[in-house]
Amino acid sequence: MKLIQAIIKPFKLDEVKEALIELGIQGMTVTEVKGFGRQKGHKETYRGTEYQIEFVPKIKLDIAVADDRVNEALEAITRAAKTGSIGDGKIFVFDLQNIIRIRTGETGEGAV
Amino acid sequence: MKLFTSLMKLGLLIALVIGMGEWSVAFAEEGGALQIDTGDTAWILVSSAFVLCMMLPGLALFYGGLVRSKNVLGTIMHTAVILCLITLVWVICGYSLAFGPDIGGVIGSLEWVGLQGVGSEPSPDYASTIPHQVFMVFQLMFAAITVALITGSFAERMKFKALLLFSVLWSLCIYSPLAHWVWGGGWLGQMGALDFAGGAVVHISSGFGALVCAIVLGKRKGFGKEPMPPHNLPMTVLGTGLLWFGWFGFNAGSALGANGGAGVAFIATHIAASAGGLSWMVAEWVHRGKPTVLGIASGIIAGLATITPAAGFVGPMSAMIIGLVAGTLCYVAVVWKTKLGYDDSLDVVGIHGVGGFIGILATGLFASIGATGLFFGDAGQFGIQVFLALVTLAFSVVGTYIILKIVDWTVGLRISPQDEEMGLDLSQHSERAYS
Repeated sequence: MKLIQAIIKPFKLDEVKEALIELGIQGMTVTEVKGFGRQKGHKETYRGTEYQIEFVPKIKLDIAVADDRVNEALEAITRAAKTGSIGDGKIFVFDLQNIIRIRTGETGEGAV
Repeated sequence: MKLFTSLMKLGLLIALVIGMGEWSVAFAEEGGALQIDTGDTAWILVSSAFVLCMMLPGLALFYGGLVRSKNVLGTIMHTAVILCLITLVWVICGYSLAFGPDIGGVIGSLEWVGLQGVGSEPSPDYASTIPHQVFMVFQLMFAAITVALITGSFAERMKFKALLLFSVLWSLCIYSPLAHWVWGGGWLGQMGALDFAGGAVVHISSGFGALVCAIVLGKRKGFGKEPMPPHNLPMTVLGTGLLWFGWFGFNAGSALGANGGAGVAFIATHIAASAGGLSWMVAEWVHRGKPTVLGIASGIIAGLATITPAAGFVGPMSAMIIGLVAGTLCYVAVVWKTKLGYDDSLDVVGIHGVGGFIGILATGLFASIGATGLFFGDAGQFGIQVFLALVTLAFSVVGTYIILKIVDWTVGLRISPQDEEMGLDLSQHSERAYS
């Protein structure tokens, strides 16, 4: 099992969600986050003074998937979240030791 | 127990003052020579409510949107508490000091303390077609908003107790004397100085008092190192609209009647606000490459502040020129502030101080209705206007400095660095605007 953590542009959330649902992905956790990468924030101007805003708002998705679904999930996220311009985000993939469904106590791939 | 005894004494004192006030009202009504005009009275009553709307919610939202989200309640609170506090100060003695029987052209006497003698008959000296009490309450709104304007300069860092003490002292020691000098039969008014609705008394005094506040209180923690962008610009735009709306009462109400003069002032006010908004927007567009919402809102306020002293004295085209000049010059002043390095957080100096100053001078240039400015043949009037602007500026700067020192010695001006980090809302009021 893998935990996919994707940092994407906030307005791309719906497209990414739809793409994953089409694949039959069962659930995800969404968090509003701020950060910077090579984009290095952006400029804002208030009353003629420019401010460098270092941390840009992004959306973080956490999705647990079975090993045989990882590649197609990654491919779907990449396709849906891509605009081609700077600041599209990143995807991190982690090994997932275990999953427990609290209601039933199921563990492992059965609980994904 | 001690508190209870003091409260009893205070209650007795208030009852005594109220009793005396009612007696003198009854006495005044026996004279009854002046005729009340119902149209004029209706307009000034409504105008007074308009000016109230400039403060709460107008100015409160305008300033509230400009600060960071952790300080929005504290900022709104400044305007709300000043409105309540200065109302009481004005009724108790502020009005008497400003408009009471003149003592040597310098100050009003204490004859009208607690509004004794201020009845429902017109005053022979002010607005002789409306009840004296209505004139008093219209002026009350001006007294309150002037102090509230200053709060933008020390936003996000002033101790609440300090704000209360500062407001009372500033209103009594700066606003009341200035109002007396210009409008209450004092020496500047006798000289022929023109200030239709408060370019000097309201905007120069608060704007340059604000400069001293920004310098004496010092910069906000992190100023210049971390960005401090406005947290809610739609809130600021809402405030701008309410200020614009209320300003019709402020300026057109200053004609003190429902008449041609009110119409002149109403139109000049509206044209200058529009010209100011466009002018600032274009100036910022040329300078920074984008027209901004905060820019047009700030320009509208700059146009309104600048036309204030001239509103009833100028025609529509003069008002347009004044508004256009105001928008660009106030923008330059606000950008220039960054180079000077002081932290006038919400630009009270650049908009109200500079706007008021330009407006007082412009009155001396463009006046053509009921007065004559330089462009219409009276150079002397321009000289008087320059003098009025400089005297007001100097009096406000020196007076505000002394008041700030007194407040600093007694209750202390600034909140602690930890409280500043936490924000006014939680540290001063134990409340949060957004959860």
